[in-house]
Amino acid sequence: MSPAPTAAAPARKDDSQVRQKAMIARHFDRLAAAPETGARTAYTFVPGNLTELLLSFDVLPVLPEINALQSAMRGKTAEYIAIAEKHGHSEDVCTYVKSDIGMMKSGNIGPTGQRLPSPDLLLLSYTGCFTFMKWFELLREEYHCPVAMLHVPYQADGRITDAMRTYVVDQLKQVVIPKLEEVTGRKYDEDRLREHLARSAQAEDDLVWVLQSAKNVPSPIDAYFGAVYYVGPIFSAFRGTTDAVDYYRELREEIAERIRQGKGPVTPEGEVERERFRVVVEGPPNWTSFRQFWKMFADEGAVAVASTYSKVGGVYDLGFRHDPDHPLETLADYCLGCYTNLSLPTRIDLLTRYVSEYRADGFLINSVKSCNSFSAGQLHILREVEARSGRPGGFIESDLVDPRYFSAANIKNRLESYFQMIEQKRPGVAS
Amino acid sequence: MNYTVGIDLGSTTTKAVVLGEDGTVLGRGITNSRSNYDVACQVALSEALINTRFSLIAGEFRGIARDPSQATTLIGALERKFRAEQYRSQLRVLDTELRRFLSRLLTRPPAAAAIVDRIVERMHGEIDALYAEGARRKSDFFRDLAGSRYLALAEDEARATGVSFDLLAGLFDKAILDVENSAEAAGHFDQHAAVALAGLPGADPALTTAVARVSALTLEQIGSVGTGYGRQRLPFPEGRIRSEILCHGLGAHAMFPHTRTVLDIGGQDTKAIQVDEQGIVTSFQMNDRCAAGCGRYLGYIADEMSLGLHELGPIAIQSSAPVRINSTCTVFAGAELRERLSLGEKREDILAGLHRAIVLRAMSLLARSGGVKDEFTFTGGVARNQAAVAALVKLVNENYGARTVNISDDSIYTGALGAALFALRSAGSRECRRTA
Repeated sequence: MSPAPTAAAPARKDDSQVRQKAMIARHFDRLAAAPETGARTAYTFVPGNLTELLLSFDVLPVLPEINALQSAMRGKTAEYIAIAEKHGHSEDVCTYVKSDIGMMKSGNIGPTGQRLPSPDLLLLSYTGCFTFMKWFELLREEYHCPVAMLHVPYQADGRITDAMRTYVVDQLKQVVIPKLEEVTGRKYDEDRLREHLARSAQAEDDLVWVLQSAKNVPSPIDAYFGAVYYVGPIFSAFRGTTDAVDYYRELREEIAERIRQGKGPVTPEGEVERERFRVVVEGPPNWTSFRQFWKMFADEGAVAVASTYSKVGGVYDLGFRHDPDHPLETLADYCLGCYTNLSLPTRIDLLTRYVSEYRADGFLINSVKSCNSFSAGQLHILREVEARSGRPGGFIESDLVDPRYFSAANIKNRLESYFQMIEQKRPGVAS
Repeated sequence: MNYTVGIDLGSTTTKAVVLGEDGTVLGRGITNSRSNYDVACQVALSEALINTRFSLIAGEFRGIARDPSQATTLIGALERKFRAEQYRSQLRVLDTELRRFLSRLLTRPPAAAAIVDRIVERMHGEIDALYAEGARRKSDFFRDLAGSRYLALAEDEARATGVSFDLLAGLFDKAILDVENSAEAAGHFDQHAAVALAGLPGADPALTTAVARVSALTLEQIGSVGTGYGRQRLPFPEGRIRSEILCHGLGAHAMFPHTRTVLDIGGQDTKAIQVDEQGIVTSFQMNDRCAAGCGRYLGYIADEMSLGLHELGPIAIQSSAPVRINSTCTVFAGAELRERLSLGEKREDILAGLHRAIVLRAMSLLARSGGVKDEFTFTGGVARNQAAVAALVKLVNENYGARTVNISDDSIYTGALGAALFALRSAGSRECRRTA
């Protein structure tokens, strides 16, 4: 085996990163000022969220999942989880929930150090995760605010039917929109919604281009760790904004330049100078040891060329774009199409397709202890994708935001074994 | 003579396997990992090279012996005498260290020095019997052999003299670390071989010739690969490090070429591995952050029951009605163990249940890795435990039907063997490049 590729000195922040940081800071400033400005806020989820609809009512979205993962990256979740456990939440439940509850009990200080406002509405666009319902039941007891629940049918047969779409649209008309009107005191404005949706589609085109740039060899991006940053704006409070449009245009230009220069992805340790392994990754990252986890890949020259996690909010590369001409129908399709709402066969098809289209050497599953939405059936996925793609699968286990579930030695051992297994299976490799 | 070596630096023991250029296993060495990884690596390699020289001596001697039918007996006698000399050498270092630590004590009973004298003298006097023909030794490690005698003698002395046993035991605990941490303590091949030969007066002179020829051989290392949990500590370049999973897969394939599934239960982790007809790993599963059901679990149970680790299997295998222990969590299993003892269950039945619990956990990993295919090879330290083997064979049969279950006497060396084979392949490919 040749020496491990090295990551060069840390790169400077790209302009798009600087832009994203400023966008997020402005958003949290607005949230912190909400009690004074009277701005309305809705707590909601990432997969299949209704950001454009909220923005059309001038409601500011707060995303507890994002807060939890940000807390993990800031090393706060051990403390928050301990607080939640003191309040009677057991060890094995979703650690996003416990982190969120612990954060709330600690004063609801968000990732920027500013206090988050209490919600005026809990908007549950349920998509593939029953825990979401229990989460918002808990929050409802804490905040005593209205809850709007959008029930989204599971894509059992791997396709969206007209009946499903109509069912979701009817709920939007009969439950969600009236609730937003009640909370904000404003009338639903479909033209405003269309404007947001048009901007969403524009940003989505650029995002898909960026994610698909990983088809290049070497890949200019890391489509798992790096993609976490790329998908931030589109899956959170910015979809449908000009900020998002500008961010993705700039990001696309930067990546296009990396391709022209034949460069690999940028990691926190610097650029990956030599791509040794191209892998597709299934499952969310570990957030408590995110940088260490990423380094384990970068040290081996392993680049994620596609991941399902980067589609958790919506699977755009199957062709979906928000459609301003069918505003409620397109929101329904978006909710129905997010990754966690897909059936196992669909997930298997998608992964197999990624392995082939992105010329991956193999695929890796990070099975997350406290997230059954992702983890149920993953061993089945592993075997099926192995059988169909003919590429080796790897399996590691960690957690979302509970640091107690990340065993660095164990994960490193498995990753190294997996990469060496790929190496050994390459044609013509003797040792 | 050229050789390649694989070193498996495990959490409990460090193993080395030396291969000749044709891939033949020439020598194996094993030592404790617990005190110092670098020294453990040196000691295991040194042991494997001694073992290699004995293999070579046997080969030489068989060719020139007056009576080839006596060759094996004579070589065996020579090796026992050699091991006795090694033990004597280590005991001398232990003696020095015991006195050094004794002199450092702020308050030491006046009788202590004489007690240490008597204990060490007794231990020296027992060496020939310890390595006599047919003598059974419970361990290969100096720490275990010397420790059990020292502590027994210290207990007698403490009883007779009133000097604190804890003081005497504490001295040993300190001194033994320095013996283990010194690669020199075991002495040198040539010296010990000469003394061993001198201890066989009247033996076939061809044996002296064979020893002289082999002693004169320069053993040149042309390749090395390290594996095991401590592999990052090995003095090898990064490219010469392989994961245990690949090494166990290849090692098991070398031992049993028809192997398709490999189970390795080591000290800290359990690996279920599927390999192809070339010994290349096709998939694997490994225990997560919880090491329940690994070798350490047995160590914990042995401590709980005040037994030696090696005693667990023989006791458990006597069970006729194993109890059902449900927990593979080490701590919960301890609780179940105590409860069962308090209920008056037999020790062998409880132990049989615990062994079954370990294997149940391994069965889950095997299922996750793709099941148990024919042939199936069990590797790692726990494969030496007959109760674990019996439980595994039974559960494999119940879950997958008849399977050929391979267990080598050298199963503990499987990872090191795989590493040595990787080293040999790399050395071979370098050779090709040089001659191309």
